Amino acid sequence: MSRDQILAALRQNQPEPVPLPLAIPTDREEVVDLVTKFKTVAEGIGSTIYLPDNLQEIQTTITSIFSKEKRILTTVPELVSPDIPLFQLNEDPHTYADVDVAIFNSSLGVAENSALWLTEDQMGIRVLPFITQHIVILIKISGLVADMHTAYQKIGTADYGFGTFIAGPSKTADIEQSLVLGAHGPRSMTIFMYV
Amino acid sequence: MSGATKTHPELSETFNQDEARVDWHDETLWWIRQKRDKSAGSIPEWETLREKASQIKDHVLSELAGYLVSFEENAKANGIIVHWAADALEHNQIVHSILEKHGISQMVKSKSMLTEECHLNEYLEQKGIGVIDSDLGERIVQLAKEPPSHIVLPCIHKKKEEIGDLFHLHLGVPAGTSDPQILTEAARQHLRETFLTRKAALTGVNFAIAETGEFVVCTNEGNADMGAHLADVHIACMGIEKIIPKRKHLGVFLRLLARSATGQPVTTYSSHFKKPRKGQEMHIVLVDNGRTVQMGREDFRASLKCIRCGACMNTCPVYRRSGGHSYHYAISGPIGAILAPNLDREKYADLPFASTLCGSCSNVCPVKIDIHQQLYKWRQVIVKEGYAASSKKLSMKLMTFTLSSPGVYRTAGKAGRWVLKHIPFAVNNQFNPWYKQREMPAVPKESFGEWYKKENQ
Repeated sequence: MSRDQILAALRQNQPEPVPLPLAIPTDREEVVDLVTKFKTVAEGIGSTIYLPDNLQEIQTTITSIFSKEKRILTTVPELVSPDIPLFQLNEDPHTYADVDVAIFNSSLGVAENSALWLTEDQMGIRVLPFITQHIVILIKISGLVADMHTAYQKIGTADYGFGTFIAGPSKTADIEQSLVLGAHGPRSMTIFMYV
Repeated sequence: MSGATKTHPELSETFNQDEARVDWHDETLWWIRQKRDKSAGSIPEWETLREKASQIKDHVLSELAGYLVSFEENAKANGIIVHWAADALEHNQIVHSILEKHGISQMVKSKSMLTEECHLNEYLEQKGIGVIDSDLGERIVQLAKEPPSHIVLPCIHKKKEEIGDLFHLHLGVPAGTSDPQILTEAARQHLRETFLTRKAALTGVNFAIAETGEFVVCTNEGNADMGAHLADVHIACMGIEKIIPKRKHLGVFLRLLARSATGQPVTTYSSHFKKPRKGQEMHIVLVDNGRTVQMGREDFRASLKCIRCGACMNTCPVYRRSGGHSYHYAISGPIGAILAPNLDREKYADLPFASTLCGSCSNVCPVKIDIHQQLYKWRQVIVKEGYAASSKKLSMKLMTFTLSSPGVYRTAGKAGRWVLKHIPFAVNNQFNPWYKQREMPAVPKESFGEWYKKENQ
């Protein structure tokens, strides 16, 4: 009922068709060094960046930063070690409430805002990147793009159930504009950028 | 103006009683405006982006019916259940019926200005359903039993000591706590428990994509995601104007939204919900509530382009010094003053007058809405329809008389200068609302006309 009424009212009240602008601005004047730009922006919003030489270095860094944490898990099989077990799917998302550290692999990072794109298949389960106390994301330097326009060109028409851009630890400034990291989601974000 | 609701001038007067707080409020919002400027200035193509965003929104409005139909079709194909609501009541009934079907009596909700507009919380509470707002600022005003005073910064009017008192009362933090870090941690623990125990989560929608049937929700706290990914039922509510044509257009809007709102390069989370997760039920409620009527008003149609960033509030000299609650509508500030009269011209007749028409709002608007011009146009409609306050009607008639006759204008100017100089208490008194919380300006010796004549002799 309401559906048809709303559509009829719109058809009556809509203005004459206005064309959709064709080109999305790509006339950037700024030539950016993607790695430097990404790193600067990410650190500016509270993330920690590492530029490791190899996977082993990522493993040892994670183990040493999070040595005090109890439940660590990785959705990236290459990083599995005696200290870092592989993610196992339990369809009840509540079972991940006690996760301290969760590790993911992103294939798309945006230099202008340091956002990393994760889709459901990279998350293991949707809730994980949010419910974990600390988040770790790996990104290949070749996966970096300059801005959001290029990011969506890369995403294209990909099918996913859920996808998200994550830029930094969860945060709030609702109390007198004082920035506090760790609102409801991760308290910290660690990013490994590698070749 | 109805007797039940206080008007913007009356409510501002209350806010203005505490001068130090007004200054603090003013400076805090101006600081956010400056962060916005810095962020916008770092993007060389910023103005092109605004223009593109504006054009995309103009296009969407001109073909909204078609886009809604394709959005519905694609969302359904993705396994999402789509509902349509003509007004606030129908929206509330739909949400209630979903909860009732599942036997759910408690829900967690992330920020949605639409549900504020529809007074969903009150409606559900009357039906015995508890709603907990999960955005920190919204939770704070909910505990204080107040509406949000700003669409992006719901408790921007509150001091940390007041928040400490609320948390002491409701969350058991030690009396006298005012450290934002400690208060945020207390809210985190309290809300984590909420997220883990609620079977239903409601979120707002920032953008809905016709091409793919997915919708995007932006937060910094991660509260929308915590709610939605843990709940069995996810209900997303959106005004019908939130549609954008294609996924690639998010590139334009996500670049503009957070930079305009707080100066951040992007919100921490920009989550794209396309299909329910296995075993979950996902609903979208498409709400009209006056939007199709606004579409038909050529002068005010552009207000439907709004992406709710709040930049117009942060920059507005009236908002900054009168506070969000003085607007007595879910959406405050300049954009709220355009949207509210669409729903009730009598109740909100005062709002389009809560502006200096300086145009700063239009200059920062990421989708280039001509906000101050619409405020000016609403004033004309409101006066013509007889909703203006009687004091305004009289002063406007006097003004018309004075401005339409050069002789009367010159005499009035002279008389005004003489009065200000010789009998200042004739204007510096309680009957002149302009004098409240203000000093009258120093009197010039001569008018501009007199000065110009002298200089050009």
